[in-house]
Amino acid sequence: MNRRPVEERLRDFNEVATGLSKESAVLEAKRCMGCPKPLCVDGCPVSIDIPGFINAIAEEDFRKASRIVKADNMLPAICGRVCPQEAQCQGTCILGKKGKPVRIGDLERFVADWERENGVEAPETAPTTGKHVAIVGSGPAGITAASECLRAGHEVTIFESLHEAGGVLTYGIPAFRMPKGIVKFEIDQVLALGAELKLNHIVGRSVAVDELLAYDAVFIGTGAGLPYFMGIEGENYGGVYSANEFLTRVNLMHADKFPEYDTPIIRGSRVAVVGGGNVAMDSARVARRLGAKVYLIYRRREDDLPARAEEIENAVQEGVEFVCCANPTKILGGPEVQGIECNRMDMCELDESGRPIPRPCTGVDSTFTLDVDVVIEAIGQGPNPLLAGLIPDLKRGRRGNIEVDEDGRTSIPHVFAGGDIATGAATVIWAMGSAKKAAASINKMLSEN
Amino acid sequence: MYKIVKRDQIADNIFEYWINAPHVTKNGCAGQFVVIRIDEHGERIPLTISGIRGDDVRIVFMAVGKTTQQLAALQEGESIQDIAGPLGTPSEVKKWGRCAVIGGGVGIACLPILARELREAGNEVTGIIGARNEGLLLLEDELRNACDELVICTDDGSKGHHGFPADILKEKVAAKELDAVWIIGPAIMMKITSMATLNTGIKTFVSLNPIMVDGTGMCGSCRVTIGGETKFACVDGPEFDAHQVDWDELMNRQRTYTGQEKESLEHYHEHKCRCGDH
Ligand SMILES: Cc1cc2nc3c(=O)[nH]c(=O)nc-3n(C[C@H](O)[C@H](O)[C@H](O)COP(=O)(O)OP(=O)(O)OC[C@H]3O[C@@H](n4cnc5c(N)ncnc54)[C@H](O)[C@@H]3O)c2cc1C
Ligand SMILES: Cc1cc2nc3c(=O)[nH]c(=O)nc-3n(C[C@H](O)[C@H](O)[C@H](O)COP(=O)(O)OP(=O)(O)OC[C@H]3O[C@@H](n4cnc5c(N)ncnc54)[C@H](O)[C@@H]3O)c2cc1C
Ligand code: SF4
Ligand code: FES
Repeated sequence: MNRRPVEERLRDFNEVATGLSKESAVLEAKRCMGCPKPLCVDGCPVSIDIPGFINAIAEEDFRKASRIVKADNMLPAICGRVCPQEAQCQGTCILGKKGKPVRIGDLERFVADWERENGVEAPETAPTTGKHVAIVGSGPAGITAASECLRAGHEVTIFESLHEAGGVLTYGIPAFRMPKGIVKFEIDQVLALGAELKLNHIVGRSVAVDELLAYDAVFIGTGAGLPYFMGIEGENYGGVYSANEFLTRVNLMHADKFPEYDTPIIRGSRVAVVGGGNVAMDSARVARRLGAKVYLIYRRREDDLPARAEEIENAVQEGVEFVCCANPTKILGGPEVQGIECNRMDMCELDESGRPIPRPCTGVDSTFTLDVDVVIEAIGQGPNPLLAGLIPDLKRGRRGNIEVDEDGRTSIPHVFAGGDIATGAATVIWAMGSAKKAAASINKMLSEN
Repeated sequence: MYKIVKRDQIADNIFEYWINAPHVTKNGCAGQFVVIRIDEHGERIPLTISGIRGDDVRIVFMAVGKTTQQLAALQEGESIQDIAGPLGTPSEVKKWGRCAVIGGGVGIACLPILARELREAGNEVTGIIGARNEGLLLLEDELRNACDELVICTDDGSKGHHGFPADILKEKVAAKELDAVWIIGPAIMMKITSMATLNTGIKTFVSLNPIMVDGTGMCGSCRVTIGGETKFACVDGPEFDAHQVDWDELMNRQRTYTGQEKESLEHYHEHKCRCGDH
């Protein structure tokens, strides 16, 4: 994917990756061999007819390509931007075995962007059934479940506790990766099928549990919104953020434009981000755009970073300094952050998954400190406990996630769940895939009674 | 959009608004709060639910900074963009026996709804309210009706007892007249007042007011240390056992944005002058 020059992109929050031109999309599409047993489709969690839509691009029938994609995926412009294609469809593409896989993600994005600019075609919906489905949460899981139930002709009400729809797409993933106008556009397409969206409604509080259970079916997609903290000294000093808070202040509340917008943020001149996943990369890159020197502290080696390769590359280009094999032990200062103390880590034996187990080094030089004035912890999130904890009969796993079977059923007959609240923090497309399964079960159940 | 159906100034710089928000009033109770956002550029700020009447929820606030001053400039019939709620865990209302509800400053506004709920649950309720001066006392008549007894204190002696609610609380504790106490007001007032019940076995609740963003347990901005453990005030609270709170940490965290808050207010007033309206 082509990217804007670093000096330019550090000055704003506009999209970093620029899309394919029509000519290059068609050229790229022509590389696809149209395998009779397409491995790419097996690699796609929602089984898009990949060779089908790529072939339509090669024929320059972009409308047809769009119809094919949207038969399985109502949020193609989003997925085309944030899916880890290298580990999914592209990772299994046969052409990748010897050379370069087809750039399936870029092609999906191209098709979605083309449709947005050339007029959207609404999918067909079944006649109304009079059944009413409640959807809790408007992230990728909730929106996907809503669209599937709407298409089956049910009435749908989506409850969202924040003042904007989209979940992590809106408050978490920064605009330079996921432009907010595009998120809104794709969600609006789903709402246009007739869903009622109730913002500022916290289910479990604004809507009581018995009111929720009175719907014909319920889908819970409340996400993994509970930030974890390291539990080290100094963590509650001013200037220590969870990645969720830091990203929400900027993405949802526009703190980067303070005081035009009212929400403040401490920009920091030197920022430490702790973690190595996509969330850490996003935080580091936002902090760079707010003008700070940024260290990313990760406890394993650079090769072990769990973030997408493309995002690591972007962070490196944008000047994020990686401090690997190090683990924070203490935040210095009080009441404001003045530094962070870390222990160097040794990589010893491998764990079951083949990753090295980090162990703290001992002896001289085993610790060091970095002078920083802001610390952002991006060490993971747990399932949002608010609603799930209020429903007594709802079976939950050890970490608080809602237990579901293969079809998205929970322990309560007409209650279904999907997305991060069921699987633990995963990806947009996995959230959509599990929501589709749950919605299919809902539609089946409602057609039977 | 949510309409301001009634607006009053009820004390120096303190305002009482009734806002139409059926989704909040339906299940809202004492101890809970709402998060409001005035407009597209606004900040999300938490305000306690101070009353419920039909589909309207009451908030009472002091115009201190940018957002509350902007809110105070709105008129009856105008609307705010967002109000989310009810948020937080309701007060632990049950049969305690003899209860005291103590308010300082704008915290007084949280007491009538709590006192009424406590009395409905069969408790005997004493209200003790304090303010710097008579001009800052609020909802006095309403609270007198909601309580069995009401004691008024002012720092300057302009009305009632010359001194602090803590003085009255100490007397009641010494006379063994209490089973449970709620203290709601500025952090420093809650810290000092709650000393009176330390080691007495009297259950003492305070309503903490750390800085919040979402109010739903997603950001961790509102984290407070309670008995050595990290809790999120917006979902685990905002009411906690007073004797377990790390007060200094709370007060330090409240000061995180002092500089920006000043800047925001200056920007607001400058902008207001240039446009000639709000
Ligand atoms: C910073 C960041 C970057 C990421 N980057 C990527 C990426 O590049 N690619 C990728 O595939 N994945 C990425 N992910 C993961 C991906 O965003 C999530 O897996 C996905 O959003 C999960 O979708 P969901 O619908 O289950 O939950 P969410 O997106 O979390 O949505 C849940 C929604 O439910 C609402 N809600 C919660 N409780 C209630 C309630 N009681 N009542 C009403 N509403 C409620 C929440 O406000 C929220 O809007 C990233 C995640 C983060 C945090
Ligand atoms: C659960 C809860 C209930 C509250 N109930 C009331 C109430 O009923 N009436 C009332 O007048 N005030 C209440 N507050 C405090 C109120 O939220 C702040 O006064 C308000 O945010 C100030 O905004 P501002 O822009 O006008 O002032 P600012 O200039 O931004 O701040 C003034 C002071 O308010 C505090 N503050 C600022 N932003 C926040 C925030 N987002 N969350 C919490 N505190 C903040 C800070 O300590 C600051 O020193 C409550 C706070 C909490 C957490
Ligand atoms: S595996 Fe690769 S080459 Fe084969 S159909 Fe899929 S995208 Fe085309
Ligand atoms: S305000 Fe965000 S977790 Fe409490």
